[in-house]
Amino acid sequence: MKPAHFGDARTCAERGLWFEVHPENYMVDGGPRLHWLEAIRAEHPLSLHGVGLSLAGDAPPNAAHLAQLHRLAQRFEPFSVSEHLAWSTWGERYYPDLLPVPRTREALQRIAENIDTTQVFLKRRILIENPSHYLRIASHDYDEIDFLTQLCRRTGCGVLLDVNNIYVSANNLGFDAAGYIDAFPGEQIGEIHLAGHTRDPNLGDALLIDSHDAPICAAVWQLYRRLIQRIGARPTLIERDDQLPDFAELLGERQRAQCELNHAN
Amino acid sequence: MRTDAVSLRDFQEAFAAALFGNDARAIADLSEQPGFAVYRNTVMKGCIDALQANYPAATRLVGEQWFRAAAARYVVNNPPRHPSLLDYGDSFAAFLSDFEPARELPYLADVAAVERAWTEAHVAADAPPLAPASLAALKAAQLNTARLRLHPTTRWRWSEKHPIHSLWSANRHSTNATETPLWRGEGVLLTRPHHALLAAALVRGGCVFLDACAARETIEAAGVAALRADPTLDLAGVIAQLLNAGAFTAIDFTADRQESNP
Repeated sequence: MKPAHFGDARTCAERGLWFEVHPENYMVDGGPRLHWLEAIRAEHPLSLHGVGLSLAGDAPPNAAHLAQLHRLAQRFEPFSVSEHLAWSTWGERYYPDLLPVPRTREALQRIAENIDTTQVFLKRRILIENPSHYLRIASHDYDEIDFLTQLCRRTGCGVLLDVNNIYVSANNLGFDAAGYIDAFPGEQIGEIHLAGHTRDPNLGDALLIDSHDAPICAAVWQLYRRLIQRIGARPTLIERDDQLPDFAELLGERQRAQCELNHAN
Repeated sequence: MRTDAVSLRDFQEAFAAALFGNDARAIADLSEQPGFAVYRNTVMKGCIDALQANYPAATRLVGEQWFRAAAARYVVNNPPRHPSLLDYGDSFAAFLSDFEPARELPYLADVAAVERAWTEAHVAADAPPLAPASLAALKAAQLNTARLRLHPTTRWRWSEKHPIHSLWSANRHSTNATETPLWRGEGVLLTRPHHALLAAALVRGGCVFLDACAARETIEAAGVAALRADPTLDLAGVIAQLLNAGAFTAIDFTADRQESNP
């Protein structure tokens, strides 16, 4: 949910509606943003979906960031807290993206420690999202499903499965998206993300970009149906971060997802 | 170096350096793939988008294309330091004042400074404003010991040369006000006594008064400083404006100058 939709989000009375925000956008001392979020939280369940904890970085989670996340979680009592299998801070700098990591034994150990630190600090289980991939990295020791499964086993965390990220990655790296969907252990999945993507302006279909600036494509809807018919219903988020349409258009996509969920149960 | 058999630390060191074009050879097997540009572009776009969101009036004054080109130059030497981009760009006004292509727009840096003040006021801690009647209740003898404590959201800027409040407010919202402001020095006052942020023009004496309050001067000393800066100042009127805007949160009666500056 973006600030442009605060008013619509608060008053929308659709049953089962919930919202997700990036906690980084609410890590402030005070002011109208927090008041708005409070007003929305008074009407709807909320999920905190982080982009800045940098769990795949070769460093422990930043203590100040973790403390701010904890404060938000205490204040807003989200039903879910999630992060990414990615890194975004290095040294004294923040890179506003979800950067890739070689899935090595060393990385598995480090990321498991970081997830554990986070869960102990927040006193709750978190979900880890599969990122979009744009690079062939030769040094992986694990495929992504095995790696996420290992993290779940070692830390008790769950997975936030982003179906669009699977579609984009399968296209870019040349694997079978449906095969990935079918192989993913359903009991690990605590939440699902759906989003739109765009083609690279130079390379076209050869390089799809997880841009969150377009409606969800037909192929991603098909993968979503395939997934939930196998594993059952899960809380599902329609993500849109750029080229924001009217709230009503997002609500349309949300209703379509709800229809799919109703059929899956 | 190839990235297989490389430690996680070395991988991230090399990847981060290559994002800004430095020494991409260290991870040539990745940086030469077309997909690497997606990360480069996303990181740069994320930084520039954040600056544009935090400086809407500056963007409108120079046009989006000019702004984004200037922002890209800023990002290279002033990258975000933490993952909350709401307050990214604290040194952007200073950057613009030294930015050669901005020399023909001498007011741009001053307007950007107002926008920075707006961001600070927007995210500062909540606090109750001082009731305007509290000051009137003071005895005259208390004015040389009591101090006005600034509200955590209160920000002010004075520009000697440019009408920064008029320029900023005309360009902050996408209004089509084409009135040319009277070209003279102007100050701006930003407060957030309750939920909404309030903005108003403030005369130079008002800015000096707030400077003195911030330096923990007594009410009397602040008034003297304001009148010294502008002997024609309507001091009572300015103090009433500040009180009504919610610029203060308390009156401190203790003589300790070090006490409780928020």
